[in-house]
Amino acid sequence: MTTVTAPVGPPRVGPVQLARRILAPVAAMAALFAIWWSIGFLAQPDAPTTLLIGLYDAVGLRGEADAIRAYGIPSIASKLILGVVALLVGVIGVWVVYIGANAAAERLGPDWRRRVLPWVFIGPALLLLGVFLVFPTVSTVGTSLTEGGGLVENFGFVFSDRDTLIALRNNALWLLLATGGSVALGLVIATLVDRVRREALAKTFIFLPLAISMVGAAVIWRFVYAWQPPGQPQIGIANAAWTATGSDPVAWLQVAPLNTFALILIMVWLQTGFAMVILSAAIKGMPWEVIEAARIDGARESQIFFRVVVPMIRGSIITVATTIAIAVLKVFDIVFVTTGGRFETEVVANRMFTEFFRFRNFGHAAALAVVLFVAVVPIMIINVRNLRRQGFGS
Amino acid sequence: MTARVGLTRWERLARAAPVRIAVVMIVALWSLPTVGLLVSSFRPSADIRATGWWEAILHPFEAAQWTVANYANVLGADGMAEAFLNSLIVSIPATAIPITMAAFAAYAFAWMRFPGRGLLFALVVGLLVVPIQMALIPILRLYTQLDLTGTFVGTWLAHAGFGLPLAIFLLFNFISQIPRDLVESAHLDGASHYQIFTRLILPLSIPALASFAIFQFLWVWNDLLVALVYLGTDSSVATMPARLNELVGSKGEAWHVLTAGAFLTMIVPLAVFLGLQRYFVRGLLTGSVKA
Repeated sequence: MTTVTAPVGPPRVGPVQLARRILAPVAAMAALFAIWWSIGFLAQPDAPTTLLIGLYDAVGLRGEADAIRAYGIPSIASKLILGVVALLVGVIGVWVVYIGANAAAERLGPDWRRRVLPWVFIGPALLLLGVFLVFPTVSTVGTSLTEGGGLVENFGFVFSDRDTLIALRNNALWLLLATGGSVALGLVIATLVDRVRREALAKTFIFLPLAISMVGAAVIWRFVYAWQPPGQPQIGIANAAWTATGSDPVAWLQVAPLNTFALILIMVWLQTGFAMVILSAAIKGMPWEVIEAARIDGARESQIFFRVVVPMIRGSIITVATTIAIAVLKVFDIVFVTTGGRFETEVVANRMFTEFFRFRNFGHAAALAVVLFVAVVPIMIINVRNLRRQGFGS
Repeated sequence: MTARVGLTRWERLARAAPVRIAVVMIVALWSLPTVGLLVSSFRPSADIRATGWWEAILHPFEAAQWTVANYANVLGADGMAEAFLNSLIVSIPATAIPITMAAFAAYAFAWMRFPGRGLLFALVVGLLVVPIQMALIPILRLYTQLDLTGTFVGTWLAHAGFGLPLAIFLLFNFISQIPRDLVESAHLDGASHYQIFTRLILPLSIPALASFAIFQFLWVWNDLLVALVYLGTDSSVATMPARLNELVGSKGEAWHVLTAGAFLTMIVPLAVFLGLQRYFVRGLLTGSVKA
C-alpha cells in the first residue's frame, strides 16, 4: 500500500508550482482536443489510410503518400493503427478526462470546490447511465405505447400471436427448468465435491463452461445433437449413445417439444458451475458443529441435507436462483444460434430481436422488451433485498 | 469434512468410493461436449463426417487423422484472425471505460457529501433491473443519427453504459468498507479527494477492480447481441462471436470450420478464466455476476 504524502501547512508558490498551475489546464485542453480528434478518427472506416497519407505528406514523402492513395494499405496494418488509437482513447483517454476536470475543479475556491468536485467524480458515470439506460427505458416504453399499431395492437400482438405465445410459454419453461435444474445440480455437486480430495480440480471442470460464450456453447451442443439419417454413422454423441440401444436417431433440435428441453440443457450446462461455486462456499461457511450435533442425534444424511444444510444456506440459494433466473429470462444467443426460434423453440428475447432487427417492427419489439422488463423487476427486487440482508449495499 | 475416528484406512476408502465415482462421472459428463469440440477441430473434415470423434481418441497415434488445416482455414479464409483483433479492440476499452467511471463514482458515493446522494445511488441500483433489450431500439436510433453505428467507439460506450450499474454497486460495496480512519487521516494530512482516490483507495481496491474487470471483459468478449446490433457483421468490425454466428448460418454442417472457429473464440476467455481463477471465484462470491 502506498502512503499518502501531501504537503502540510500553507501552500508555497515556487516557480515549479507556478509552471504546473499554468501548464496543467493547457495540457488538459490539449488532451481533450486529442480525444475529440481520436473519436472522430475512430468513427471513419478509412481513417488509418488518411492518417498515413497525411503523415507522409507532412514529412515530405510525396511518393509514399501517392502509393498509398493508389494502392491503399494492407488491412492488417490499418487494423493495427486503429487498434493502437482505440486503446489510447479507450483506456488512457477516460483517465485524462477525469484528470483535466479534477485539475479545473481544484482551481476553484474551497467552497465551490467542495460543491463541484462530487459532480466531477460521478458526472461521467451519470451521463452514461442517463444516455444508455434511463433515456432508453422511457423511450422504449413510449415506443411500445405509440408506435406501430399503438398500445392495444402492440401488446395484443404479444399476448395473442401464435409465435409470441409459444415464446411466452417457452420462457416460463426455461425459467422453471433452467433455473431449477442449475440450482439443484449445483447444490448436489457442491455437496458431493465437498467430500473428495482434489476438490478444486473437480470444481474447475464443472465451472469451465461459465467462461464460454453462449455462441460457443451453442456450437458445441449443435455438434452434440448432430443428426444423421438412420443407418449412417452418428457423429453427434447424443445420437451415438441413443442409437447404441437400437433406437432410431432423433433430430433433437427439430422435434418439438423435445428441442426446447435440449436447449434448456445447454443453459443448465453453462450455469451449474456458477451455482456450485456459490453454494459450495456457503456450505463451507456453515459451522460444522451444527451438522455434527445433528449426526450425533441420529439424523440420516438426507435429513441433515434437507433440514439443516438447505435452510442454513437459504440466502445463498436465493442469490443463485434469482441471478440465474434473470439471465434465463433474457436468453437469446443459444436459441438464435441453434434454431433461430424455429420448430417452436422461440423465446421472448429472440422474438424481440427478430421483430426489431429483421422486421423493423419497433412497436412489437418494444412491447416484447417491456414484457421482459416487467418480468425481470420482481426477481431483481428479491435479489437486491436478499443481497442487502447479507450485508451488501448501503 | 468431518474426521471419522475408529475406521481403518480401507474402510474409509470404501465409504468414500461411491461419492468419488459419482464426482468423476459428473466431471467426465460435463467435459464431454467441450472435449468433442476440441478433438474434432483437429480432424480432417471427411473424418469428422465419417466417424464419431471418440473413435479418433481410440487411436491417438495415427498421425494421418490429425490436422491443423481447419485452424489455418478458419483464421485466414473465414476471417477469424481479423475478428480476433476486432474482439480485442472492442473488449479492452469496453472494460477499462466502465471500470474507471465506476471507481470514481463509487468513491464519490462512499466518501463525498453532496445533495441527492442517497437518491442517485438508489437510482443506480434500480437501473440493475433494466434488461439490455430495453435499450436496443432507442440507442440504435440515436447511433443512426450520430453516425455511430458500426463504430468501435459506439460499441464501447454501449457496453460501458450497460455495465455501469453493476460496476458501481460492486465497487461501492468494497470502497465503502475501507476503514473511515484511514480516509480521514489522509484528509487531515491535507490530501485532496483525487489524491486519496488514486493513492489510497485504488491500490486497496485492486481485488474488487480485478474481479469486475474479469467479468466485464468476459461479458464483452462473449457478447453477441450488442455486437450484432451496433457493430454489425462486416468483416472489418465483426467480433469473434458475431463471425462464428455467421459461419453457423452459412456453413452449418461444415463441422471442421465450426469446431475450430468455436475453439478459437474460447481461447482468450479460457486463458483469462484459468489464469485468474482466484479473482474470478472471489468476484462470484461477492456477487459480481452480470445478470
